[in-house]
Amino acid sequence: MAGERDALTGEPLERRAIISGAAQSDVGRRLYRTGIDLTVEAALGAIEDAGLTAADIDGVSTYPGFGGSFGGAMGAELHEALRLSLNWRSAGVETAGPLGAVHNAILAVAAGLARHVLVFRTVFEGSGGPLRPGGRGGGGGGMAGSAGPFQFMIPYGAASAACWVACYARRHMHDYGTTRTQLGAIAVNGRANAAANPKAIYTEPMTIDDYLAVRMVSEPLCLYDCDVPCDGSTAVVVSHRDYAPDAPAAAVGINAMGTAIRGRPSWDQFDDLTSMMMHHTAASMWERTELTVADVDAAQLYDGFSWLTLAWIEAMGFCGKGESGPFIEGGANIAPDGPVPLNTSGGQLSAGRLHGYGHLHEAVMQLRGTANIGVPGCEVVAVGAGGGPETGCLLLTKGPS
Amino acid sequence: MSAGNPPRFVLASPESEFYWRSGADGRLRIQRCGDCRRWIHPPGPACPFCHSRRIGPEPVAGTGTVATFTINRKEWIPGFTPPYVFAFVELDEDPTVRIGTNIVGCDIDEVEIGMRVEVLFEESGEWHVPLFRPIAAEAA
Repeated sequence: MAGERDALTGEPLERRAIISGAAQSDVGRRLYRTGIDLTVEAALGAIEDAGLTAADIDGVSTYPGFGGSFGGAMGAELHEALRLSLNWRSAGVETAGPLGAVHNAILAVAAGLARHVLVFRTVFEGSGGPLRPGGRGGGGGGMAGSAGPFQFMIPYGAASAACWVACYARRHMHDYGTTRTQLGAIAVNGRANAAANPKAIYTEPMTIDDYLAVRMVSEPLCLYDCDVPCDGSTAVVVSHRDYAPDAPAAAVGINAMGTAIRGRPSWDQFDDLTSMMMHHTAASMWERTELTVADVDAAQLYDGFSWLTLAWIEAMGFCGKGESGPFIEGGANIAPDGPVPLNTSGGQLSAGRLHGYGHLHEAVMQLRGTANIGVPGCEVVAVGAGGGPETGCLLLTKGPS
Repeated sequence: MSAGNPPRFVLASPESEFYWRSGADGRLRIQRCGDCRRWIHPPGPACPFCHSRRIGPEPVAGTGTVATFTINRKEWIPGFTPPYVFAFVELDEDPTVRIGTNIVGCDIDEVEIGMRVEVLFEESGEWHVPLFRPIAAEAA
């Protein structure tokens, strides 16, 4: 087992941390509330859930660390809004995907820089983004004129991650025979699970025939392969594990985290057009634990686009490389009563694009036994968030790891 | 692309300016290392393989293979009238040189992975935007 280890115990440092509290603000298609307003709602909820007060919070961590409809709110805004007194604060976008803010909080707690870190991720892409009334609809146009790496895609009308992910999905179909009917199982499974989630955006029943009949966006991706922008904030409290006995809710342990970015950090230049950075990120997580994929009781895997979930399923090792199509076909393997219950609160396709933090929140609920659709005996949950070169993951356990 | 050219929104960096101007003489150029001779794309300030600073654009044949593609059915940018094909083309000189582009000069339903293509250029203001079309189309 490679990876960074604590010299004294041989244990991965992340096991010093737990998730002691978790909460979400109201979530909706268009709430017309400010990012900091949503953030405060989630943060106060998570602090209370952890059995703490704002005075106990001595760290703040967020992704990406800027405002606007995608950024949501800055760490400093929450710091000021709650008049926190902090020993440590961090935010950034150059992390291992959106869960990088959780990774950073875990490291701060493990290093003793802070004892209770409030982590949040806020978006208001429903009411504040391109879908606002009078807006253009369907993101990306704002990147026109980008001088960065996107300068080689924007001039060709490839202005959305949908275009880039579609290229990977098509190559996966070409090389492995993956079909749209197979891919559609991700959206259908998510919709079925969203029906039990009172905060989900879309809950009406969807069949595979509905999926196959809906309009195409960037072939082979159709409308139901793309997640739904929304407004909402998720917050968790990352605490030192010695707080676990005092936490009112069952503590969630951090068994391992995956952060590796071993290939080219690029949406368009990654060497393998049938996988993305999660291939390396998930591998780095398994290098840090004695648990194996067979120990996982539920999986919350990013579905900003449905094909990203296929890439995560393969990267995590739930099936072999290229085998995700047959693995998910018909949905039995990923249903709540299947061997790999997947995105049990609906995922982003139906429950809203909370940028991986809906998945994180659901993982905590599953391990506490309080999920809307509970997986019986759930003790280990794999969470993976992000796509392209921006991917990170966590292996969470019931109780401290 | 149907009626009229779409807005190309080229915003070159100092390293990439040659790429967007190269087509003025009908040649596609890719950055290449003067020491280890590897091709480099996207262009950067140094060779990413041997870290030599002796780098510069060199002409390539402008032929390659479609590695993958999408048919866009949505108007992602106003003026880009769907449907249109966005593709990644791997150049003959080095298949790791992967270029994002539009495939033109054929029906969108004819585009497939493995299709042989060649470069052509579309003028857009001061830039010459590299596009690709099927090689067979030229022969016909």
